[in-house]
Amino acid sequence: MELAERLLMGDRRAAARLISMMENKDPEAQEIMRQLYSQSGKAYVIGITGPPGAGKSTLTDKLVKHVRKTGAKVGVIAVDPTSPFTGGAILGDRVRMSDLATDPGVFVRSMGARGHLGGISEATSAAVKILDIYGAEYIFIETVGVGQSEVDIVKNSDTTVMVSVPGLGDDIQAIKAGVMEIGDVFAVNKADRDGANRTAREIEMMLDFSHADWRPPVKMVVAVDSKGIEELFAAIEDHRHYMMEDGKFMLRRAENARNELLEMVKSRIVEQLLNHDVKAERVEQLAMDVATRVVDPLTAAEELIQSVL
Amino acid sequence: MDRPIRVLVSKPGLDGHDRGAKVIARALRDAGMEVIYTGLRQTPEQITNAAIQEDVDCVAVSILSGAHGTLIPKIAELLRKEGADDVLLVAGGVIPQEDIPFLKEHGVAEVFTPGTPTDVTIQFIRNNIKR
Repeated sequence: MELAERLLMGDRRAAARLISMMENKDPEAQEIMRQLYSQSGKAYVIGITGPPGAGKSTLTDKLVKHVRKTGAKVGVIAVDPTSPFTGGAILGDRVRMSDLATDPGVFVRSMGARGHLGGISEATSAAVKILDIYGAEYIFIETVGVGQSEVDIVKNSDTTVMVSVPGLGDDIQAIKAGVMEIGDVFAVNKADRDGANRTAREIEMMLDFSHADWRPPVKMVVAVDSKGIEELFAAIEDHRHYMMEDGKFMLRRAENARNELLEMVKSRIVEQLLNHDVKAERVEQLAMDVATRVVDPLTAAEELIQSVL
Repeated sequence: MDRPIRVLVSKPGLDGHDRGAKVIARALRDAGMEVIYTGLRQTPEQITNAAIQEDVDCVAVSILSGAHGTLIPKIAELLRKEGADDVLLVAGGVIPQEDIPFLKEHGVAEVFTPGTPTDVTIQFIRNNIKR
């Protein structure tokens, strides 16, 4: 249990090693996290998402620097895609966060999004808990806002910031269901470019359709020039204060925990199938049978579920 | 345990040419490794801190500026100080043959000079990581 004690004392090598071990589903690390779970939950978790090239890493870098002025310890988890063909990845978010590398109050960790049986959201969620116990008061999770697994990652936060940029598409993009709906705060980055006001207006119009209690603010920022960062962080803090009123915060955390639990159950069932030679073979056989119309997918799935229950 | 090898690819010093580093990063990625790329003009402190936070198996530095004799041993020293001397340190770039023994005495496992096939680097990393 040496690793556990070192983590509790804020040892960064222990934190780093535990994150790797949890990524690799190491049983020793899983045991440690069972023991330490009750010590987590103190950090405020901020998700940053948006399309590729929106400036999420640069924006995260500036937000972290802003938070650091208060002296609070910060963790950053940056998720980049993994090649589905080789399992390899180039994780490049650190390029925009170079200055943070020498700040002892900041811990930045890059993660590849796929190649994890059981989903990346489980690995990032473990990393959040580890950095939380390590002593981070704020944790930023940054990822590209495409695909369900990435949406799941940021959904698992206390405040989600949706980053947009001008010139990506017409207003119909903004009203498409899905990713845009998860933003608690919107940032229009590269706001010195043509069309920024229009982008902000389109987001506002989309928000007009929503009747939720919380009206997400839309903030203009130019992350590279550190413009609008203070205002954006103030909006995040506003959302935080709003969530703290009448138990909304715990309701959201319970909702996140519910998603996490169901994801874990799902991935455990899949693992039980694929880590068992005979059952894994049956999966392949049924897949072929479904393809050749020998059996329908509903029946096949039911058979597989029965085999692990 | 089946896990991807994690490699930090970094550019210490002041030269602004990272084509070589990017070619290596891409080759390692295609070999199934997780490559953390730090970008240009990194100090040995930045590289060491990144290596520790990212819990990498290998630090690969690319350097073309001629400052390899000071910067690379410095990275090895900082890694040692942090107790991270189980991280494999390799170097590439424009490094004269006569400088290589000195680097190897100072914590560098291997030096890959221009023209080295990427497969050689990949195999070396696979065979020499320490955990």
